Amino acid sequence: MQHLLGIEDLDREQIERILARAEGLAEVGRRDIKKVPTLRGRTVVNLFLEPSTRTLSSFELAAKRLSADVVSIKAQGSSVEKGESLKDTVATLTAYDPAAIVIRSAQAGASRLVAQWTDASVINAGDGKHEHPSQALLDVYTLRRHFDSLDGRKIWIVGDVAHSRVARSCALAFGKVGAEVTLCGPPTLLPREIDRALGCETADSLEGIEQADVIYALRMQKERMSQSLIPSLREYAAEYQIDSRRLLPRQLLMHPGPVNRGVELSSEVIDSPQSLITEQVESGLFVRMAILYELLAGKGSDDSEPVSEPPRIGQPA
Amino acid sequence: MSNPRLFQRPGETKPLQFRGARLFDPRSGLDQISDLTVEAGCISSIGDARPAGSSEGAEVVDCTGLLLMPAFVDPHVHFRTPGQENKEDLVTGTRAAAAGGYCAVIAMANTEPPVDSASVLGSVIERAEKECCIPTGFVGCVTKGMRGEELAEMAEMREVGAIGFSDDGLPIADGGVLRRALQYQRLVGGTFALHEEAPDLSGSGVMNEGAVSALLGMEGIPSVSESAIISRDCEIALYEDARIQIQHLSARASVEAIKRAKEAGTKVTCEVTPHHLLLTDGEVRGLDAHFKMNPPLRTEDDRRSLVEGLRDGTIDCVATDHAPHAAEDKEVPFEQAAMGVTGLETAFSVLYSELVLPGTLELGRLVEAMTCGGEAFGVDAPRMETGSNADLVLVDPADVWTVGEDGYESRSTNSCFAGRKLTGRVLMTVAAGQVAYRHRAFAMAVAE
Repeated sequence: MQHLLGIEDLDREQIERILARAEGLAEVGRRDIKKVPTLRGRTVVNLFLEPSTRTLSSFELAAKRLSADVVSIKAQGSSVEKGESLKDTVATLTAYDPAAIVIRSAQAGASRLVAQWTDASVINAGDGKHEHPSQALLDVYTLRRHFDSLDGRKIWIVGDVAHSRVARSCALAFGKVGAEVTLCGPPTLLPREIDRALGCETADSLEGIEQADVIYALRMQKERMSQSLIPSLREYAAEYQIDSRRLLPRQLLMHPGPVNRGVELSSEVIDSPQSLITEQVESGLFVRMAILYELLAGKGSDDSEPVSEPPRIGQPA
Repeated sequence: MSNPRLFQRPGETKPLQFRGARLFDPRSGLDQISDLTVEAGCISSIGDARPAGSSEGAEVVDCTGLLLMPAFVDPHVHFRTPGQENKEDLVTGTRAAAAGGYCAVIAMANTEPPVDSASVLGSVIERAEKECCIPTGFVGCVTKGMRGEELAEMAEMREVGAIGFSDDGLPIADGGVLRRALQYQRLVGGTFALHEEAPDLSGSGVMNEGAVSALLGMEGIPSVSESAIISRDCEIALYEDARIQIQHLSARASVEAIKRAKEAGTKVTCEVTPHHLLLTDGEVRGLDAHFKMNPPLRTEDDRRSLVEGLRDGTIDCVATDHAPHAAEDKEVPFEQAAMGVTGLETAFSVLYSELVLPGTLELGRLVEAMTCGGEAFGVDAPRMETGSNADLVLVDPADVWTVGEDGYESRSTNSCFAGRKLTGRVLMTVAAGQVAYRHRAFAMAVAE
């Protein structure tokens, strides 16, 4: 694998390999010294052209745990804000010979373009409403800790599907590891033909959600009201909020964060033992380490281990 | 085809003799291997030429194995003069047209500033008389600043030389404004060419709405945004007895709307582009902005219905919507990229390669559709008859070439067919009796 641009490009075997790698790296996280030297002397650039807290910090920490040098650039205050084109920005960053560029952009396909302009491995950390592959991989990883296999498991993704890159990547990833996915949300927020596009079911209401093994709620944003996509957050919550009445005891609950308490989720389910929300954040670190490892270890640098070897656990950097 | 509303730089006509070409003109029922002589800008004889050497200084073109046809007319191009000459100007634009086999084109008015007054139009025409290597017509805007609010001074523009009127690039969203404009047509004359799109239905869409936009998470432009406005405008035109040309059809529902309007007696003709006839929104999956245009590429079902509409005559003509853009406007993420593709230099070859050669479309129908696009604007389709103006295109139907391999005549390179291997290539174009284009390799061969 040269780049990670979208779940669409991955097959099941590649997904499994990243998950297995993440399990190995999770071991490191339990040691006192949480660093391995895998990417020592190599540079990872985080180019975040859209605001992000958890994804950026997670990628930063993941690269640091692998001993890479990390530079993080945000749109605010950067040359991008002064009107520099993406192509020129990438050319500038490529001059530092980074091993990887992690990019978050408001535009679909930005990471794919960047991959054409640089020799570095490119990791898509969210491109518009298109894909967010590392999120989907960490979600599969999280679920795997609760189910031996996702084959035949029913997963409902509920909320603003239209504006969600998480929904697209998760639907693809869950489907690729064998789960049956249903996308559920207000008809105004379910794109036409998305069932055909992603190979999943769609539902306009929560009717039938009791069959789900996992409920994955999406963030609902206030601005959707002014676009006449939903009448009010109040009515949205009445129709689609996952609360203790709707969440059955055997069901698991996920959310990519940040949560709007009282909108897509009620407070009591967020804090319930069925909620995997904080576990998702923890998984994110290991999965992003695994992604960097998978793309970079053994490539372009003489002193890093070959990909086939397991990481040297616990060796101080 | 001489039309006082077409403009070009002065040039010389010279005698030409095409020897042994397959002469093909579906309108004249001509399809024979023979000679054709051009003198004083007109076709002086068709049939066995006088013995070699006696043609009094005529350039003799050996056309063995070549196809000689009436040259093409494109009612819909963007030449970017004034204001965006970094993308195209009248010199490069008409050169690209000539290289594609065109003997006349009609340029749209969405320049900077738009051609919405007699003074802007007058200055563009002045330049055309110095720069255009083939006859070029110019439409004026229907509304001031193309804002779709107030009527532009169309009568004055018509007097200066506007060949018709169009706000192309933008729709006239307000039905009331369109109705007033069509009423005003009774004073000014000239066909109105309409870009059909409902802004409230298109929203901020960047591609066709469907499975591909759902997958990519990009906002879609539904086909109903086009077909609903076509239905509305055809009804207004019928009510006002106005003459309209619907631009760049992209969807099955639009073809059906046109069919109904024609059956109802509306004075409407319509255009389709080569890219809508050949490509679908599947191309957008790679997120390459060279497949971004408005209207967008739609589904295979839509594409098939456009081909069928062209075959059965529901769709009247092929227009390229040649829309040059600078590289930096396309080398950006898809959603930010400019809309539009070039098309003049590839139109015949792509349609010949991908519709005529596989047997989907008759060559005769293609030539008809590529020559009649100006009729709505008073530009007659060229004919291959003794005494007609010499508007001719010479094609090597067997030449295989790759789009872009030798660069482009256009100043811009945003072709959606770049890299495609095509069969059939324009070797020479004669427009209004003048040699407007010769392919380089061919020109050398003749000189030997």
